[in-house]
Amino acid sequence: MTDSVLCIGIGNEFRRDDGVGVEVARVLKTMKLPHVRVIEQTGEGAALMDAWAGAEKVILVDAVLSGQEPGTIYRINAHEQQVPRDFFSYTTHAFSVAEAVEMARTLGQLPPTLIVYGVEGKAFSEGIGLSPIVEQAVQAVLEKIVGEIYAATPE
Amino acid sequence: MSSQTIKVDYLARVEGEGSLYLKIKDDKVQDVKLRIFEPPRFFESFLRGRKYTEAPDITARICGICPIAYQMSSVHAMEYALGIKVEGQLRELRRLLYCGEWIESHVLHVYMLHAPDFLGYPDAIALAADFPDVVKQALRLKKIGNDIVNLLGGREIHPINVRVGGFYRVPTKAELLKMVENLKWARDAALDMVRFTAKLPFPDFEQDYEFVALRHPDEYPYNEGHLVSNRGLNIDVADYEQHFTEQHMEHSTALHSVINERGSYFVGPLARYSLNFDKLPPSVQEAAREAGLGEVCRNPFKSIIVRSLETLYAVEEALRVIGQYERPEKPYVEAEPRKATGYGCTEAPRGILYHRYSINDQGKIMTAKIVPPTSQNQKTIENDLLHFAEQAIDLPKDKLTWQCEQAIRNYDPCISCSVHYLKLEIERD
Repeated sequence: MTDSVLCIGIGNEFRRDDGVGVEVARVLKTMKLPHVRVIEQTGEGAALMDAWAGAEKVILVDAVLSGQEPGTIYRINAHEQQVPRDFFSYTTHAFSVAEAVEMARTLGQLPPTLIVYGVEGKAFSEGIGLSPIVEQAVQAVLEKIVGEIYAATPE
Repeated sequence: MSSQTIKVDYLARVEGEGSLYLKIKDDKVQDVKLRIFEPPRFFESFLRGRKYTEAPDITARICGICPIAYQMSSVHAMEYALGIKVEGQLRELRRLLYCGEWIESHVLHVYMLHAPDFLGYPDAIALAADFPDVVKQALRLKKIGNDIVNLLGGREIHPINVRVGGFYRVPTKAELLKMVENLKWARDAALDMVRFTAKLPFPDFEQDYEFVALRHPDEYPYNEGHLVSNRGLNIDVADYEQHFTEQHMEHSTALHSVINERGSYFVGPLARYSLNFDKLPPSVQEAAREAGLGEVCRNPFKSIIVRSLETLYAVEEALRVIGQYERPEKPYVEAEPRKATGYGCTEAPRGILYHRYSINDQGKIMTAKIVPPTSQNQKTIENDLLHFAEQAIDLPKDKLTWQCEQAIRNYDPCISCSVHYLKLEIERD
């Protein structure tokens, strides 16, 4: 694996704002950034741990429902703080993002760098399409991620 | 006279969300309600007007844990409608793909979600702190399931290589042979899994269930067979709706599925095992005996052993399919659309998953009906809770709540398929 950064967009595009991570991943893919691999995941934790195995620097993006303003962007450095268990509580997976990060920490399998981006969602009902406020956050989170990638691979 | 209220706002380690309410009065369970807020039947309406060829890819999105089951039930239903049959190596590849999904799903549930209940851990992370090697082995075993789904499904998440009539691309023999070494390791790991789960402490709890599963004359069921039960049901999949009815319950917006004239029934590993023990290979039967199981198992807590046995079976079946594989000339059977209705029912990791579609002569989907396994088990879960809580009624509040959650997880309820918001509430007054 020669890619120096792995970006993982997590979510379900059929649950409206839950699809924000997937949307970010799809836009990121079209940017074809050098040394960057972009994948989509549903958020099932064990699969997530497989996906990042061997990667040096990993950036995750997922939807959050924490009661803050929709569109709010969070950034967690997994080596510096725990991922709050209820942070991604909307996910339908029982063993999900927060559990995967904490399990990897327990087993000594955290990637050397793991940054988790959360985007506060508004609507999580069945359906397609992001809320306008979350749609706007996609651009902002992309800029942050791109900045993060170039900080990682100065050329 | 005792009076107590127990409420748990969030039921962890269940795929999805929902709520359970238990009312206890004078040491008797007065009422049990599995409250399920089923989303509008979004996918059933979303499918209407789409081409029949889109059904496997769209329905795969319903569940991130068992996309293969959705694909398999949908392609079988469409093939029924089109009047084609997928046989030979294409059929074998479908079994192999299902092996991958069973391995992934069962290993995830057994180690990450259910085992912590038995061992007194709040979650799998705490379990991993004390048993890191067990959890590492589990994650590696699960990954071998993922690898099968990756190779045949095209990609791990929302597999896209399955189509009506077969596959878009079929693997070469060499691609499959690459997995053999890992699968041989997996066979030992699955045997360890059976032995690990067999040693867990089990509540003494048996119920007289009506088990419902597919049964096939030649094999342990995945994709095909008659629907049978231990109370005489033996029907073609196409007759499902003549024998099973979905009822509206007052306490839930979801539908409860019942077997006509008899009521609740049980689908999933315990049902498959108890109705198909004779179809398991001798090595798996032997492992079952060694684990202390008979040919029928009525203790739902022991479903964790049965999931481990089915994982062992899936590994052995994968090795069998790969061993006999010869790459077919064509990756799929062709078919012309025609106006018809088709029925499909396959064994998802959690039990039978029924699909029905009507298509027009252009191949457009006119109606779709999907009955996931978890909604079929709802009434049985309620019954278990009623009887189990009564038997355990003297336990302190936190222990009773713990054991009730554990009893729900016996069913590995996948609420992301069928429901939202699971909360557990036990009320004593």
